[in-house]
This record gives sequence, C-alpha cells and structure tokens, in this order.
Amino acid sequence: MNGGGRRKPKIVMNEFAKELKAENADWVSEVKEALGETTITVPREAIVEVCASLKTNHGFDMLADLCGADRGPEEDPRFEVNYHLFSTKHHSRLRLKVILSEDDPHVNTVSGVWKTANWHERETYDLVGVIFDNHPDLRRILLPSDFDGHALRKDYPLRGYEPYSLT
Amino acid sequence: MGLENNIWESLPDVITVKLDAVINWARKSSIWPATFGLACCAIEMMNSVSARNDLSRFGAETFRASPRQADVMIVSGRVSRKMAPVLRRIYDQMPEPKWVISMGACATSGGVFDNYAIVQGVDKIVPVDIYIPGCPPRPEMLVHAITMLQEKIMSESVKDRKDTFEEESRHSVVPGTLPVTEGTALEREIEEEVAQNKAPRPYTVPSKHERRRSS
Repeated sequence: MNGGGRRKPKIVMNEFAKELKAENADWVSEVKEALGETTITVPREAIVEVCASLKTNHGFDMLADLCGADRGPEEDPRFEVNYHLFSTKHHSRLRLKVILSEDDPHVNTVSGVWKTANWHERETYDLVGVIFDNHPDLRRILLPSDFDGHALRKDYPLRGYEPYSLT
Repeated sequence: MGLENNIWESLPDVITVKLDAVINWARKSSIWPATFGLACCAIEMMNSVSARNDLSRFGAETFRASPRQADVMIVSGRVSRKMAPVLRRIYDQMPEPKWVISMGACATSGGVFDNYAIVQGVDKIVPVDIYIPGCPPRPEMLVHAITMLQEKIMSESVKDRKDTFEEESRHSVVPGTLPVTEGTALEREIEEEVAQNKAPRPYTVPSKHERRRSS
C-alpha cells in the first residue's frame, strides 16, 4: 500500500483505539488487528459520540462505507453494522463495528455526523432490516416500497414471499 | 425518369385493394420502437440499427424517446420488480396499434435470475407478440424478429385493433408493484410550509442550496 511514491505520515492505528479509550473507557469494547486493518467494536449506545469524536478530533472526515451484515439466524447476536472511515488528512482507514441482537436491531443514526450516512443507512435498513433511530428519512431505497421482508437476510427465501414469488 | 413516371404509366388511375392490406402494409413498413433499453440486450438492440445490421431496411430504425410516438416496445433485458410498473406505464402510454417484442432470455422467462428481484417473464405485465431467445440475442435475431412481426401485422385485421381491452388497461396492475411513496422528508417539510403559507407553492421541490440562496 505504499504506491505513489509519496511518504505517508506513519500512524499506528491502534493509537486511535487507545486515544478513544482514554477519552471514555466505555467507548471501546474490543479492538482487533488483522491484515493491517483495525476494527474497533463499539457499544451501540456510544456510536454517535465515537463517530463525532473521530471526525472532529482525529481527522476521519469521510465515511467511505456503511453496511450491515447478517451473520445468520442461528447466531446471537445476529446483526452487525460496519462503519468504514477514511481520513483525507492522514490517509488512514478505520473500521467501527456495532453488534446488534435480532430482537432489538436498533442503532442511532450517524447521518448527523456524515451526511452520506443518510442513504447508506437507508440501504442497510432496506436490505438487512437494521433500524436507525432518529434517522431523518428512513425509507426503502433499493427495493420497491411495498416490499415484504429484508432481502439480504440469510433466512430470506431466494424467490421471495408472495406475491413476489409468483412464477 | 423517376419511379412515379413508371407507376403512372403501368398502373390504372384507380385500383381496388383490401383495406386491411393497405393499412397493414403502411403499419408494417414503419414500426418505430420505443427506446427502452434495460440491460445488456440493449447493446445488441443498439447494434441492430447500426450500419452493419441496418434495421432501417425494414423501417424500424427510428427509436422514439416518447412512447406516444412509438409502435413497438422492445423489452431488452431483465425487468426488475421495481421497473415493472414503469414498463407497464410506458406500454399504456403507447397509442394503438402497439406491439411488444420480448428480447432475450431474461425478458422472456427471467433467465438465470430466478429470484425475488426479477419479473419471471415480461408477459406477466404486458402482452407479448414476439419472443426472441438468446443471451443476448444477436442483432440479426432482432432483425428477424422485426420481420416476423411484420408478417404478423400483415395477418391482422384493423377491426382487431380498435382500442385497448379493459383488462389490459392501466387499471389492471400486477399485485405488489405500484410505486407507493410517502415522499421525502424535504418534500413533506415543504408541504407543511406551503400549508401554513410560510412559503409560496414551488413548481418543483428546490434543493437545499436553492432554498439557502433565495432566503
């Protein structure tokens, strides 16, 4: 990843986790380093504060992606929401993860922090069924508005429910 | 010495023919397709009007952007559930006489996309006249389909094409495909402002930037 020949400022990603922990010990529940990428698991109550802090204090000014994942109906907790952050200032990436149970798939919206989260959260709600509280406009974005169910859940039948499965 | 002179000399002033034959001959000689590319089949459809395949030999080269001016809808590609009401509306907007060509495996039967997102055959939404197999069909096959459609048009009668049948009209809709939206938050906000006379009724919903500039 050293392409372009430009010297990048050396930043150890773990330091963000340490700084976050120093800021508030409740913000970080797990830190994972793999393949040169850092993933910080954040309790869902703290996600908006963590994102706001990372944006204002640590230079993560861009939300590269926000996506949901379904680990499968047999897993507990079942859902996770991944926030891929990027900094245009020090060119580093960071992944935040919020883990949600099937009975209560609610998490606060970060569209107040990054505007781009608006549509990403709508997509995650549409396909995985995670509900983002305080979202300004939480509607389906890809599937038809009268669609039944959430298509990227592992237990969603490939041909869909009636009347969508009419063949 | 043009064609007119030859005809004038060789034909009588008045000829009698079947009305169907004349009208169908006129119809089949200028089948204008509606521009309705949906997927990769559309690339082959574009190719069929190019110089190599030259669909204009059969009078079907003028792709119309408006369904009001089109005679045949070439459904070229997979039709998603979300696209289905749009396709049906475009078909309804086409004036009679109108025909539909289902181009390719996806439009005909869903093809490899046997899933919740794709309509399993466009004949569930609109009546289809000609099916073209292939994935995608070659432009020659589309040209062949147009000539087959011309044969079909010649075998029709004007009486059969009086008007749209009631069950084919826009009142009949495939269940679960109508676009129902509550509008965006911005639209709702503006509706409330208009209702309370805070803002003049806009022609369109202005973007955030425009609102900031005007205030």
